[in-house]
Amino acid sequence: MSHDGTISRPAIERPESVYFFGTCLVDLFYPEAGMAGMELLKAQGVRVVFPQGQSCCGQPAYNSGYREEALKVARAQLDYFPGDWPIVVPSGSCAGMMSKHWPDLFKGEPDEARARQVASRVWELTQFLVQVLKVKFEDQGPPVKITWHASCHAQREMGVTDEPKTLLRQLANVELVELQREKECCGFGGTFAVRHPEISAAMVGDKVADIENTGAKAVVSGDCGCLMNISGALEGGKKPVRGVHIAQFLKERTHG
Amino acid sequence: MGETSINFAKASSAALQDQQLRGNFRRAMDGLMSKRAVQFADTAEWNGVRTLGASVRLRALSKLPELLEKLEANCTRNGIQVHWASTTDEANAIVLSIMQRVNAKLVVKGKSMVSEEMHLNAFLEKHGIESLESDLGEYIVQLDEAMPSHIIMPAIHMNTKQIAHLFKQKIKEAEYTEDVAQLTDLARRVLRKKFATADVGISGVNMAVAETGTLCLVENEGNGRMSTTVPPVHIAVMGLEKVVEKLEDVPPVISLLTRSATAQPITTYVNMISSPRKEGEKDGPNEIHLVILDNGRSGIYADEELRNTLRCIRCGACMNHCPVYTKVGGHAYQAPYPGPIGSILMPQVEGLEKRGELPHACTMCNACVEICPVKIPIVEIMGRLRSEAVHPGDAVKGAGSHASKAEAMVWKGWSMTYASPLAYQFATALLAKLGNAAPASLPLLKEWTNVRSKPRFANRTLHALAREKGIPDV
Repeated sequence: MSHDGTISRPAIERPESVYFFGTCLVDLFYPEAGMAGMELLKAQGVRVVFPQGQSCCGQPAYNSGYREEALKVARAQLDYFPGDWPIVVPSGSCAGMMSKHWPDLFKGEPDEARARQVASRVWELTQFLVQVLKVKFEDQGPPVKITWHASCHAQREMGVTDEPKTLLRQLANVELVELQREKECCGFGGTFAVRHPEISAAMVGDKVADIENTGAKAVVSGDCGCLMNISGALEGGKKPVRGVHIAQFLKERTHG
Repeated sequence: MGETSINFAKASSAALQDQQLRGNFRRAMDGLMSKRAVQFADTAEWNGVRTLGASVRLRALSKLPELLEKLEANCTRNGIQVHWASTTDEANAIVLSIMQRVNAKLVVKGKSMVSEEMHLNAFLEKHGIESLESDLGEYIVQLDEAMPSHIIMPAIHMNTKQIAHLFKQKIKEAEYTEDVAQLTDLARRVLRKKFATADVGISGVNMAVAETGTLCLVENEGNGRMSTTVPPVHIAVMGLEKVVEKLEDVPPVISLLTRSATAQPITTYVNMISSPRKEGEKDGPNEIHLVILDNGRSGIYADEELRNTLRCIRCGACMNHCPVYTKVGGHAYQAPYPGPIGSILMPQVEGLEKRGELPHACTMCNACVEICPVKIPIVEIMGRLRSEAVHPGDAVKGAGSHASKAEAMVWKGWSMTYASPLAYQFATALLAKLGNAAPASLPLLKEWTNVRSKPRFANRTLHALAREKGIPDV
């Protein structure tokens, strides 16, 4: 871990294969973002393995105080990533749970070392594309103005700050306008959104106003929790701005 | 939840309806955040000074019992009388007994969060002693018969207009004005008279230096200096964690404190109080008392993880950067310490029965952790407290008090499904087929759809798509 508590990954060589951890929200609500993520990796000549036994990193229960239940679910994942390949996750939040919190969750358990080993191979998708695969995208889409929403856990747990913007800026016809409060939480926070719906609504309200002020046609994010919250509020408020996962956006721009 | 539990949800809901309040907080916190960013623009310097600050606090906590003994010995040698209080009731009684001995009728106070924790003003009032807050923000809040809404800027929830009305209403000689200089001047005139006639001055302590027996107080208005110097008796109250080992530990902490709190590179006054008035000296109190309050802190200290809570230097930066605090303001927390640090400190001090809702007043966004000048793992402790709230244990008072059978069953069912690939695939396939038929009026979905559209389940899960596209399994 680095000085400020975020995870920093030591540089690795480009691997021949990677595992893809889809996350439970992507699985149910945004499978096309998951597919796009895998296709982006494949387009770089990397073999992608999607273990069908995977389900969830355990974060929902962990953050709600139900650590035993979280442990049970996290433990069930360990069997499905047996090789030494990197595990790429299209979500900063789930990647943060696995890299940063699994070591605590498994502390003192018989499989602690194994969990740590798996955790140490976890990469957030954009981090992997930039740092390991060193991708260079060529834009094939029409001109569009977009903005970027930074997920709290991507930036503050995984230390992913510049990578998504580095990728978006590679797209020649995409104008990226930064949010005034880019780093501010959108108010999702897992169960927070339903435990404190009014505060969450006020938070996402500020986020939506910030997005509208940019004049962007789309808000791109790397986390489906944030995306579900923000695009839900955009739709609920009948705002003509689309919320889209960065994997899907990149795939749309580069594969026509 | 216990009878006396605090209803954060209800209080925050009221705060959210108040557009004026929301505007006041948004503006104030935006301003503080951008000013602070300028102070710590140099990342290398920030990392360096922050590491130093954290190490000063960690070192102090690592030998806390020893340092407190040393502090007592050195204060006593300097002529400062040291008192120990395990509860706020005991601390109040100690303060009262000193007052009664000198027959005090009027007390002036510099800003002290520990005295807020003790509800000292109300206690003294009950015993016929007038206690006047002399920090401008605290004075405003006191006139308004309210609680501070921030630990550094107690009246930050009010704007100039509201303060102008309050002064006109509560101060006899006040003319209505929205001129800040005139309002400040008015408060100053009222307070000056009181300083001259007060029998006792009360203050907090920002740091107490063990090796020298020195009380260190940071302030901007001079009221702290007046409260500790003019009246014949000075009583300082502090939480037992406020001790540092050496004099050289003071400058880095002060630098972090003022820059994090109000974005000031340096504060107007730093008071270093090391003894009562000595023979031949022209000013200063004849007596100084130091009341050291435990109030649950030794219990927090006993747990290695929770102990990190006690690193706090009370700069309030976590509040300024908390997106929840910024929306609802400090009063919603109904606690002397609001915001992120309050959400971990209050449940530990007063127990989870009463304060168990506070660790949930957080999206776990980590903005507070990123900003904390002494690197308190606030969110990790928040998670620990959430877990203590539902699991019986002995680390925190009231552990297990929020355990709900229904909630526990939901998570048990969740873990059973998510830990078994077969059950998971069955459940998700079912949701993909039928999930969208769920009416928006269902609990949880109802709260969600108040301002958002209903989340749409995809026709096929990622698992199914991956299988169809022939993506290799393990």
